[in-house]
Amino acid sequence: MSLLELTDVTRSVRLPDDRMLHILQGVTLTVGAGEHVAVVGRSGTGKSTLLNILGLLDAPTTGEYLLEGVPIARLSNRARTRRRGRDFGFVFQQFNLLPGRTALENVTAPLLYAGGRQFWSRTRLAAEMLTRVGLGDRLDTMPEKLSGGEQQRVAIARALVRGPRVILADEPTGALDVETGGEVMDLLDEIASQTGAALVTITHDLAVAARAERQYRLSEGALVPIRLDRHSDWVGDVPTLVADRSAMSERRLLPSGVDLGGPPDGPVAVHVDGEAHA
Amino acid sequence: MTGVVGALVEAWDELRIHKLRVLLALIGVACAVAAITGVTAAVSMLKQAFQEQTDRGMGRPVTLMVNVYPAAPDATLTTDVDAVFAQVLERYSIEYASRQEWTQVQARFPDGTRQLQVQAVDQDYSVINRTVPVQGRWFADADVDAFSPTLVVNEAFLTSLGLADLSSHPTVQLGGQAPVRATVVGVLRNDWPEAEPTAFILYDQLHRWIGSDGNAGPPGQVTTAQSADPSMMQSFPAMQVWVPTDSATDIGDAIKHDVAASIPGWQVEVYPNTDGGDPIGDATKWVGIGVGGFALLLGGLGLVNIALVTVRYRIREIGIRRSFGATSGRVFFGVMLESVVATVVAGLVGVVIAVAIIKNIPIERVFGSQIDDMPPFPVSAALVGMACATAVGALAGIIPATVAVRVKVIDAIRY
Repeated sequence: MSLLELTDVTRSVRLPDDRMLHILQGVTLTVGAGEHVAVVGRSGTGKSTLLNILGLLDAPTTGEYLLEGVPIARLSNRARTRRRGRDFGFVFQQFNLLPGRTALENVTAPLLYAGGRQFWSRTRLAAEMLTRVGLGDRLDTMPEKLSGGEQQRVAIARALVRGPRVILADEPTGALDVETGGEVMDLLDEIASQTGAALVTITHDLAVAARAERQYRLSEGALVPIRLDRHSDWVGDVPTLVADRSAMSERRLLPSGVDLGGPPDGPVAVHVDGEAHA
Repeated sequence: MTGVVGALVEAWDELRIHKLRVLLALIGVACAVAAITGVTAAVSMLKQAFQEQTDRGMGRPVTLMVNVYPAAPDATLTTDVDAVFAQVLERYSIEYASRQEWTQVQARFPDGTRQLQVQAVDQDYSVINRTVPVQGRWFADADVDAFSPTLVVNEAFLTSLGLADLSSHPTVQLGGQAPVRATVVGVLRNDWPEAEPTAFILYDQLHRWIGSDGNAGPPGQVTTAQSADPSMMQSFPAMQVWVPTDSATDIGDAIKHDVAASIPGWQVEVYPNTDGGDPIGDATKWVGIGVGGFALLLGGLGLVNIALVTVRYRIREIGIRRSFGATSGRVFFGVMLESVVATVVAGLVGVVIAVAIIKNIPIERVFGSQIDDMPPFPVSAALVGMACATAVGALAGIIPATVAVRVKVIDAIRY
């Protein structure tokens, strides 16, 4: 049984002029425990809406969403909220740290909504998690005194402190430089694999998406499986994998019987959803 | 359990972080609670001060004044009224009583002889009328059998003697033809600024040494009110008795009946000192509560205003908290609790301010006299103030809490 399972999910909203805007159309996606899945797409393609539906912040217009086999449509608002706090950890592009609170207080915040031991041991648990992300010496530092990378580490610690089953990362490196973004993703991957949490990353950065075991492209509300590697780049609105012919052949990325032309050892660009060009 | 504690922790954190906002919002509430509590306490003190002033003139509640008058101009006293009074006191187990008599006595001051207004009383007079000397002491048991009369005088008397205090153990010669030297043992405050010299003397000493007509006799000569010619007396027998409030009417009627039966031909009147009623009444208290309540309303409106602005400012934070699993109930409760916790703190500050003011109030300057039995700080007023502040906090919190709950989580996170 999958941890998360979306089947033919749509999400539509009514615009002020009474027209319907179809943000997601027939999205089907399964995420297993401990898996790393990435969804890429340009701005406005519905990535965040998908993430919000996965994280129980929003509900599908039609279709079914099963959380550990339980249809979330059957859950009350309260139960949905509780499961969101317990099972999901969010990492946002802009970190969304609580202003005026130290790193430790920020990581403690989700534990205020936990029960039992987690609640009463919240300060210790938060300090341990911050130490784990390498900020053990910055517990009492205000967010504005931290670098972007450090702030995102605090946000990761906060997302993980309740031991969620799923980490939902919305453009986690969007506000960071390439090097820092890479470090943050290393950390996210490492901790997610250590804790066994599934990681769903929504990004427009193909290098970040390429870290995932499975990748999808969201285009005009539809979710399409793709394959990316670290050389992938955007060509127009389409993520494109750039590799040499031999590597592509080895990875069986070249469509059979297609004559690309050009020099035999020259580079080839392949639209990740199938079409290849010399 | 963790939900409630968590909400409280959250509310307290919010207040801690936004100290300035909280401070601004709560000044009005703190002032209002201080006003309610302080005014109630001040009114209690004012009532007590007024009561004590009244007590000094008319005795504590309930003091019965027993007066005996001749029913006819030629009526004579053939009975020892003092003995009748003593029987009555014993019969009704009355603990505090003082016979009273007013007379004028010649007194020799440094600047010449004057007629001195003298009031003869028993020792209990000081208890019944809250008479506390500012210098020296009131009459003691031993003074009754002393070999010379003792006097408790007013400040004007001491000034007339050319003295400022009792360190020289002053004496004064009383009486005309057979004068007696009396010792001043205590000094009372003047009743008003231009008061004439007056003195208290023990009732028994007046009759032993001086007599009701004010003429001093040689030591050892006993002149009682009963043995003197009533027509020559300056006043008729009178007695003040302090009785429990709930049985004052019954005891008063019984005393009147018993004394009248013992001295036929004489009329007996018993007056309670409670006929004047409560001159301050509850009006002042209600005015105070009204002013405080209005201030509390204004403080509450200020709180609502600032809380609403703050909630808008905090929409993103509320969204983030919703992503942590904060239910709408928890968000509502949390925002409202912030307001409640804030007003409770403000209420406490208000009570502390009220206590500080009340404890440091210049009582004599404000109330015109000292207060012997300081009324306790009105805990009930403090509690009422706190309850009002909490209620205002809850009401002021409802509107921003409703706004906070209506925020869509997705929009809030992106706000």
